[in-house]
Amino acid sequence: MIGVKGLYKRFGELEVLKGISIDIKESEVVCVIGPSGSGKSTFLRCINLLEMPSSGEITIDGETITDKNIDLNKIREEAGMVFQHFNLFPHKTTLQNVALAPMKVRKLSKEEAEERALELLDKVGLADKAHVYPSSLSGGQKQRVAIARALAMRPKVMLFDEPTSALDPEMVGEVLGVMKDLAMAGMTMVVVTHEMGFAREVADRVLFMDDGIIIEQGTPDDIFSNAKHERTRSFLGKIL
Amino acid sequence: MITIEITSFSLLFGMILGTVSGLGKLSKKRFFRYPSIVYIDFIRGTPLLVQILLFYYGIPGLYSNVTGNSFNIDPILAGIIVCSINSGAYIAEIVRAGIQSIDKGQMEAARSLGMNERMAMKEIILPQAFRRIIPPLGNEFIALLKDSSLLAVIGVHELLKTGQLYISRTFAAFPVYIAVALMYLILTIVISRIVSYSERRLGVSDRS
Repeated sequence: MIGVKGLYKRFGELEVLKGISIDIKESEVVCVIGPSGSGKSTFLRCINLLEMPSSGEITIDGETITDKNIDLNKIREEAGMVFQHFNLFPHKTTLQNVALAPMKVRKLSKEEAEERALELLDKVGLADKAHVYPSSLSGGQKQRVAIARALAMRPKVMLFDEPTSALDPEMVGEVLGVMKDLAMAGMTMVVVTHEMGFAREVADRVLFMDDGIIIEQGTPDDIFSNAKHERTRSFLGKIL
Repeated sequence: MITIEITSFSLLFGMILGTVSGLGKLSKKRFFRYPSIVYIDFIRGTPLLVQILLFYYGIPGLYSNVTGNSFNIDPILAGIIVCSINSGAYIAEIVRAGIQSIDKGQMEAARSLGMNERMAMKEIILPQAFRRIIPPLGNEFIALLKDSSLLAVIGVHELLKTGQLYISRTFAAFPVYIAVALMYLILTIVISRIVSYSERRLGVSDRS
């Protein structure tokens, strides 16, 4: 589904990713953990080319997206992204937030797009908030809208960049709940997270990243109970 | 009233010019960026009075020297053109600052949904930026209204010139200039009220 080969990313002098290679299968849920500054988010942002890789190759569904003459926007249509800070559009209602891209990008009619949007809002439990503006939503509700917004494009893969890190603790559960449903429904997901409980419960595979490389990967059990590397153990020791 | 007419038209055209060149200045393409920068710097770096004289006397003079034909431009039209070009440069900077003040997560979110840059600008960034630039745009409106008095030097019968003509008949300099000043004051107060009203109306849904 997603293939990453020898991915490097430099910001000027700073080398953030130092050769990442990984294959992610369809319907697989991969959680990426690691200390801040380890390159987790950059890795995620490279998958939908919000950051341009300095070198390396990424394929999604057999298509090499790092090709020079690929249509970037087409790629991004297929990879939904959920951000730490939600990034909802504040000048649009919840419904418009979700319906906008299907209308503008997928060229759905207004009725179709809004029908799809309502369906998705219902799925994340916010159908009653369809006509309010994001400013009146709680953080957890905003993030659920953001998930619905990304899903409205019917992406092949969903990327989550620390989706619960900006939330008050009591709202983390509702967002993780929606993500869990999504994982059960067979969505391919890559989740950068500090929620070890979620990773342990939902992930098919956990990656531990530090200093721009994947230090180790395996099932949640492998990582959380039988980590082979000292760095993984010391990181987990600090947070668990 | 000619003052209001000139100011309103100039602000309208200035907004069009300003949006185009403000976007131009932010463009990654040099072809758009450089002309915008030259335009903005030239206009903001030279006095409006000089621009008015250059446009009204200088350019027609050059034209008749080169072609041998003379051509005259209506002072009011000239006034609107110069003031539009002038305010366009200031509005360009306002637009640029407004766009840059929008959190870059907004652009990222739009792009991650598959919108191209143009679409994201039009649907997401500009609507938010415009809301945010209403106050500085109001300031520009007020400044433009007052600056339009400079058009008196090319014989536009705006507020100040009308006052001067009245003085030349009555020799009552103090009362007339005071009256002129008060009329500008009334106009600017009305404008700032309208601006703060529309700011409140549009600001409702702004916080994310």
